[in-house]
Amino acid sequence: MSITMSAERDTLEAGLTALVRRLLPRGSGITGLQRLSAGATLQTWSFDAVGDAGFQHPLILRRSPGGLRGAESLSLPLEAALIRALAGSGATLAAVVPEVLHTLVPDDALGDGFLMTRVAGETIPRKIQRDEAFAAARPRLVAQMGAALAAIHRADIRTLPALPIRSTAATLANLQRRNEALPQPSVVFEFALRWLHQHQPADPPTLRLVHGDFRLGNLIVGPDGLCTVLDWEIAHLGDPAEDLAWICLPPWRFGQIDQPVAGLGQRAELFDAWQQASGEPIDPARVRWWQALGSLRWGLGCAGMRDWFDSGRDATVERAMIARRVSENELDLLRLLSQETADA
Amino acid sequence: MLDHPRGPALLDAVARLLRETLIPQLPPGAVFQARVAANAVDLAAREMRQVADAESQARDRLTALLGHDGDLPTLEAELAARLRRGDINTDHPGLQQHLWATTLAKLAIDQPSYAPYRRTLEQLEQRAGTATDQPQHHPKE
Repeated sequence: MSITMSAERDTLEAGLTALVRRLLPRGSGITGLQRLSAGATLQTWSFDAVGDAGFQHPLILRRSPGGLRGAESLSLPLEAALIRALAGSGATLAAVVPEVLHTLVPDDALGDGFLMTRVAGETIPRKIQRDEAFAAARPRLVAQMGAALAAIHRADIRTLPALPIRSTAATLANLQRRNEALPQPSVVFEFALRWLHQHQPADPPTLRLVHGDFRLGNLIVGPDGLCTVLDWEIAHLGDPAEDLAWICLPPWRFGQIDQPVAGLGQRAELFDAWQQASGEPIDPARVRWWQALGSLRWGLGCAGMRDWFDSGRDATVERAMIARRVSENELDLLRLLSQETADA
Repeated sequence: MLDHPRGPALLDAVARLLRETLIPQLPPGAVFQARVAANAVDLAAREMRQVADAESQARDRLTALLGHDGDLPTLEAELAARLRRGDINTDHPGLQQHLWATTLAKLAIDQPSYAPYRRTLEQLEQRAGTATDQPQHHPKE
């Protein structure tokens, strides 16, 4: 395993060195290559490109070596095109999206992916929640998240590349199919699906850009608060309430369960900031419906890890332990949908 | 037939070895994976200790709910299918009680430190302590 990994690293280092020499005038190579994420299908690498007179450019490579991706994911070239379009669509969004510098082409021989500028800051949720370095950031973050989401949801979709459309009904039908395909049925998921069908809200009057995975872990935070919104791979057109609910999912509170928004603050603060920035009202019942759908979606994601493990596609302990997190989502669904614990 | 210590006690010893002896000697890059491994060993030990009771109680509840006996996977599949078809609704007597009891028993094995699970147990204790004249909606495990 480690021999394979180090061979992969050597190949990548050689490929990136050649790429930097092509892209940078008088670029000499790269330094400090290290892998940041251990994902089997999507890798994130950090390195510095060394340019003229030894000047170092801090970079991130997002790549998919084998092309095996989740069914919901955008291709990496499409994700890069989306980020570039958002960077050009106004100051508010430009301030919070990464700077894409190069989309990999077949001649780069590095697989699918793109290079972006590495932004200083922290993504690890528990550090953002607890470390002294973010003490000044924490009181601002929830309002900043609301404003950033409003900017995402107000993006002019005519300026964006073609994205998947996920209506409320189609999203629910997709989860229903995934649930029916499970080798072991979850009665709690069936219960949740019936509730979701019985309370399904109408589609919003206009489709909006939805990030799809807006939560701690995918946000770079600095001493002054939110810097960059990462991981646009499941962006789509749909209902903005989906994003407002996803950031409130219990697992994304990382233990601080009395602070529904990312373990950092209250929904009222998030909603106020969103409404102020967007000039539109929020229907809390609609957001609650999307939170139930979000717990079901993450629960089905965990349940799907069993197949990765059993088939040998990723038979790691880590993958197995995610498969055993189905029950966390079952509990979150029961807490959300029961009268006694309905404030969850 | 088998001698002691048995599986769960062996797994407890493996988890202690990982945490107290091996992890402090590992390079930083390997510590995360080793902690996940220790957590998995703990989970397997809890499963060995609790699964028989948890499954037999679930089977008893399902037998009462569905009105006939069967093995647990078959009864669970039947309840799931009847909910899906709509001939059992979300307010069916005994259904939510069964879902709560099953889910809490799973969490006790899978992830007893999950904060919403800890909170649920606290709420159940408070309710058992204060509202003894009220019928209890959630089972106390």
